[in-house]
Amino acid sequence: MARVVVDVMLKPEILDPQGQAVQRALPRLGFEGVSDVRQGKRFELEVDGPVDDAALARIHELAESFLANTVIENFTVKVEEEKAEAGE
Amino acid sequence: MTARIGVVTFPGSLDDRDTQRAIRLAGAEPVALWHKDKDLKQVDAVVLCGGFSYGDYLRAGAIARFSPVMEPLIEQAKSGLPVLGICNGFQILTEAHLLPGAMLGNDHLHFICRDQKLRVENADTSWTSDYASGQEIHIPLKNMDGRYVADERTLDMLEAEGRVAFRYVDFNPNGSLRDIAGVTNEAGNVVGLMPHPEHAVEPLIGSGRTDGLPFFTSILKKLVNV
Repeated sequence: MARVVVDVMLKPEILDPQGQAVQRALPRLGFEGVSDVRQGKRFELEVDGPVDDAALARIHELAESFLANTVIENFTVKVEEEKAEAGE
Repeated sequence: MTARIGVVTFPGSLDDRDTQRAIRLAGAEPVALWHKDKDLKQVDAVVLCGGFSYGDYLRAGAIARFSPVMEPLIEQAKSGLPVLGICNGFQILTEAHLLPGAMLGNDHLHFICRDQKLRVENADTSWTSDYASGQEIHIPLKNMDGRYVADERTLDMLEAEGRVAFRYVDFNPNGSLRDIAGVTNEAGNVVGLMPHPEHAVEPLIGSGRTDGLPFFTSILKKLVNV
């Protein structure tokens, strides 16, 4: 089993009031020097079987048609390395 | 014989009964449609009503858009079936790309509920012919995700083609670009707006006026050719 991560972010030109609210709260919490915050979504897909080109193409299609609304959002698809699952 | 107008109920729809009532008050016959229906029961038009279909999970309207009932609806809307999307219904229509643009959270991050003044910018659609172009009306507005957005090119196209159907007047309640409250497709059969005309069809309730009733009399007249 492998994990594929789809990150979805509002396009840069789209106003993100949630991100702004987070950014405005930072100085109150003692965090200085952060001039902008954009909030997005992360989807972790546990995929049965091999993540080959065909599987990635299907996931790309899923992201484009469903997980993201490409009118307002951009997305990236990446395969997460199977790491250290046997324990180190 | 009168017109049969379908009202789709999704899990989380709220205003299906009010919408059916508005259709009845206008003189048409409401037909209940279920999100799992695979056909539209040969209705003459469809209203997608307000609410929080599928809890607004993912994005408002994003999951409802893939319901079984949407398959024949999208196909028939493209060939002229009149469809009105109110609030969540508008969000579903943008997610289905039957209408351009997208809906996002209100810019002030709060739910809003108020009587909203609108201007009818296009009185030539299937759902607005009983208004006069430029007419100002009061319609209840209640939503979380009412901010209409589209890229500049799309907005310019909508303005140039007269496809901004409704605009907020005096107060922009959600940060919608260019004060857009509702839009129509090119053919004028698919219309979506955030405010709720079905809540303004009787003097006793809603905004205390019947400013929303012409939506339903407009479509009835179109369908029965009065």
